[in-house]
Amino acid sequence: MKKYAKTHEWVHVEGNVATVGISNYAQEHLGDIVYVELPEVGKEVTKGDTICSVESVKAASDVYSPLSGKVVEVNEELDSAPETINSDAEKSGWIFKLELSDPAELDGLMDEEEYKKYCEEEEA
Amino acid sequence: MGDLKKTPLYHEHLRLGARMVEFGGWEMPVQYESIIEEHKAVRTVAGLFDVSHMGEISIKGNDAVAFADYLVTNSVSTLKNGEICYTPMCNEKGGVVDDLLVYRISNSEVMLVVNASNIDKDYNWVLERAKDRDFSITLSNISNQTAQLAFQGPKAEEILKEISQVMLDEISFYHFTRGKVNGIDCIVSRTGYTGEDGFELYVSTEAAVPLWRKILEVGASYGVKPAGLGARDLLRFEACYMLYGNELTDEITPLEAGLKWAVKFEKEFYGRQALLEQREKGLEKRLRGLELLDKGIARHGYEIYADDKNIGWVSSGMLSPSTGKRLALAYVKKSYWKAGTEVFVKIRNKLVKAQVVKTPFYRGSVKSKA
Repeated sequence: MKKYAKTHEWVHVEGNVATVGISNYAQEHLGDIVYVELPEVGKEVTKGDTICSVESVKAASDVYSPLSGKVVEVNEELDSAPETINSDAEKSGWIFKLELSDPAELDGLMDEEEYKKYCEEEEA
Repeated sequence: MGDLKKTPLYHEHLRLGARMVEFGGWEMPVQYESIIEEHKAVRTVAGLFDVSHMGEISIKGNDAVAFADYLVTNSVSTLKNGEICYTPMCNEKGGVVDDLLVYRISNSEVMLVVNASNIDKDYNWVLERAKDRDFSITLSNISNQTAQLAFQGPKAEEILKEISQVMLDEISFYHFTRGKVNGIDCIVSRTGYTGEDGFELYVSTEAAVPLWRKILEVGASYGVKPAGLGARDLLRFEACYMLYGNELTDEITPLEAGLKWAVKFEKEFYGRQALLEQREKGLEKRLRGLELLDKGIARHGYEIYADDKNIGWVSSGMLSPSTGKRLALAYVKKSYWKAGTEVFVKIRNKLVKAQVVKTPFYRGSVKSKA
């Protein structure tokens, strides 16, 4: 099941591990992505913390951790191919995996339908 | 973005699906599809830019040339009619009020082309300077009557030829002529800000849409793309051309910015005394190129360190698509100027290794230096 944060990250949870990336809406707005500063494996984060950054041609954008937990894996492929986020943001463009410390936080995130509506409102 | 100014091509940009942003008080297209693709089109074929937001100031009268010469650091009196120069315009401290192009139309007419964000500031500045002496001139801000398109790229001439009644091959770099393109009255100059060969076309506001559409139509089979401010910024950065507000400000002098070639000390101009003193004393900081050796991208305003000291700041920084390198333009203190010097850019509290490198970062098809 995929969920979204208001700061435009998506999460996909399997067991106790969440895969996180930025949404397709976010990548469209950033434009050509040229560099991803990946978080460190082992880093402990609290929901809402800045965890890493994604740099487009024009600007650097913070990525916020949508949930609390520990980084257990990062997508090293993005090092050599950051543009994967442009072409496939919500699948192969994932950024990091988080071992959740409080799975109940998932309830605070939006489902796909709610997120779509949220983006439409942001556009208006 | 309700209060922002719009160019005559505003609806064309929307029609092409551009993403619009605020730039210097204007609502402008930052990109149509992809900044990188637009950049590539300009480097390999040609791209079409709407630069109607730029300002134009007309100086007419017997003293038009003398007044322009007094106003700017580069020499207008030694230009021939039909020639253009790039030049800073300085304040009394030698800081740059704006960087602009001066078109010498005739012995009694000069046109200044100024940055969009500085139009009002510049026009007021020019009006003030006109009071300094008894110049016989008439000034007018003709920005609102003038649209400007920039058609830039190695194939710009070949493509524009198809619809031009002007002999484009007779226009040398930094020269202009008046004539018709697609039947539309234009000033056509061989100038641009991308590092590539190309033309800038000045037309009346009503003529902007038909000319824009025609160039895109004839350019389509070549791979011409409309290009936005994002690509423009990348291209000018690779060519190491100044962006006002980044490399140049009221506090930075042309000598610090590496524009000594556009400062003609042998003539009188406003700000000359301050620049002479600075030349005498020597520079404390100057613009340098940096290449990042470790990962990261340096952005405008990031600090630079060496020997545990803050020794400067980044004025512009990007990943350069033409070279694949992570590069920056930066103001660096004395004794860190030599190519090869190791410095560090502070990127989000991390010190990232970089080295001073020679500029420009990239040379395109541009015919020669101004």
